[in-house]
Amino acid sequence: MSLTVLNVIVAVVIAIGFAALNAAYLVWAERRGAARIQRRPGPNINGPFGLLQPPLDGIKLMTKQIMIPGGADKILFMVAPVLAMAPAIMSFVTIPFSENIVAHNMDIGVLMIFAFASMGALAVLFAGWGSRNKYAVMASVRAVSQNISYEIPMLITAITVVMITGSMDLKTITSAQAGGFWHWNIFPSLHSPLMPLSFILFFICSLAETNRAPFDLGEAESELVAGFHTEYGSMGFGLFFMGEYANIVIGASLTTILFLGGWDCPFGLFPGVWWFLLKIYLLIATFIWIRWTFPRTTIYGLLNLSWKILIPLSLFNLLLTAGLLKVF
Amino acid sequence: MGGYFSDIFNGSKSLLIGMGITFREFFKPVVTVQYPYQTIKMSDRFRGHIELIADEEGKPKCVACGMCERACPSGCISLNSISVETEVDGKVKKKKVLSKYDLDFTKCSLCGQCVENCNFGAIEFSKEYNLASSNKEDFHFNLLKRLEERNV
Repeated sequence: MSLTVLNVIVAVVIAIGFAALNAAYLVWAERRGAARIQRRPGPNINGPFGLLQPPLDGIKLMTKQIMIPGGADKILFMVAPVLAMAPAIMSFVTIPFSENIVAHNMDIGVLMIFAFASMGALAVLFAGWGSRNKYAVMASVRAVSQNISYEIPMLITAITVVMITGSMDLKTITSAQAGGFWHWNIFPSLHSPLMPLSFILFFICSLAETNRAPFDLGEAESELVAGFHTEYGSMGFGLFFMGEYANIVIGASLTTILFLGGWDCPFGLFPGVWWFLLKIYLLIATFIWIRWTFPRTTIYGLLNLSWKILIPLSLFNLLLTAGLLKVF
Repeated sequence: MGGYFSDIFNGSKSLLIGMGITFREFFKPVVTVQYPYQTIKMSDRFRGHIELIADEEGKPKCVACGMCERACPSGCISLNSISVETEVDGKVKKKKVLSKYDLDFTKCSLCGQCVENCNFGAIEFSKEYNLASSNKEDFHFNLLKRLEERNV
């Protein structure tokens, strides 16, 4: 019994550490990447290559005072940043980094991650509503409608993968793709010839779900000041920031597990956690690359993309896969 | 229906072209000036605050005629002179020598009337632009002292 409790504590500490480290250094990577795309050097003063920037930013944020605007709903206002960060950390618990590195494998890992991911929208809603700010409310309304619209194609695409594998267990899904890149779900197979398309659909949806540019309408700093976290300073803002990056890591991990074979090596050499990390960081680099390439879409363009293109295509893909699974 | 699919296709194509552009830019060299470590040369017509010009001996060229003081619309310049007796070829000559040249840069609008009105070419615009302070007194320049410091 006590060993189980210890296990849980160690797993949670490692998950928090991994999430925090990633959040801190992905901010650095994002700033460096953005700078390179804009042909600037980016943060390069503090430490070699500016690597001390994230801890210094963290100290700065933590030493600031938490300001609660007058008339704000104090409980919701304080709960929202925690709610942005906690589900992201919880999702790490069930992600299999390799055959043996998984905090707690579950039979319904896919379902659990999606369940926790949908709590992110609640954090945005609480933050917008609780801070009693017009821009924040507008941003949270936008973000919630966006999250709802993009969860549908994302889930339908995930169901397609689950149907092919016949399991919701993330470890089983990965194992089913073992043995070379031609087994990966991203490549078309007899059962599902449109798999590359579903990979792209899933990738677009995970961009939208994490509220990243070009779908960052919840933040929209040029229109809505800073969107739902306008009123947040100090570590409240820091938690939203960390939550965003932790969600990016979750999104990239899920994409890797569902489509890119998880810890599997593309040509059968040393499968292990390094391949998993390589894949997720390549995906995250693509996230950053996309953010600094495209301008923000309008809310109409965003919802049209989901309801007119992504949902019909993913439904078609689901039906086709279901039919082909029955035939072959 | 045909428009629907061609829209998706053309849209995706344009997105990929955009990503190609940023990918290429990523590997190109940095074009910005790393300001505190690198500075760019100010252009010839850049106007900083004024500065006295030294002659060959390092003394100010200024003859203390006071034209700049009178020309200044904002009254930034105040100068004084003393008479010094010097012996040239056995004759005692009186000569005006600049003893004080103060510039109140807080009032200056950089119109350039002082430089324009100087008949002896004794003042110029400096190329100094790193002027920031929370103390007003830091912008009251003693130009004579600055000239001496430059000579050293």
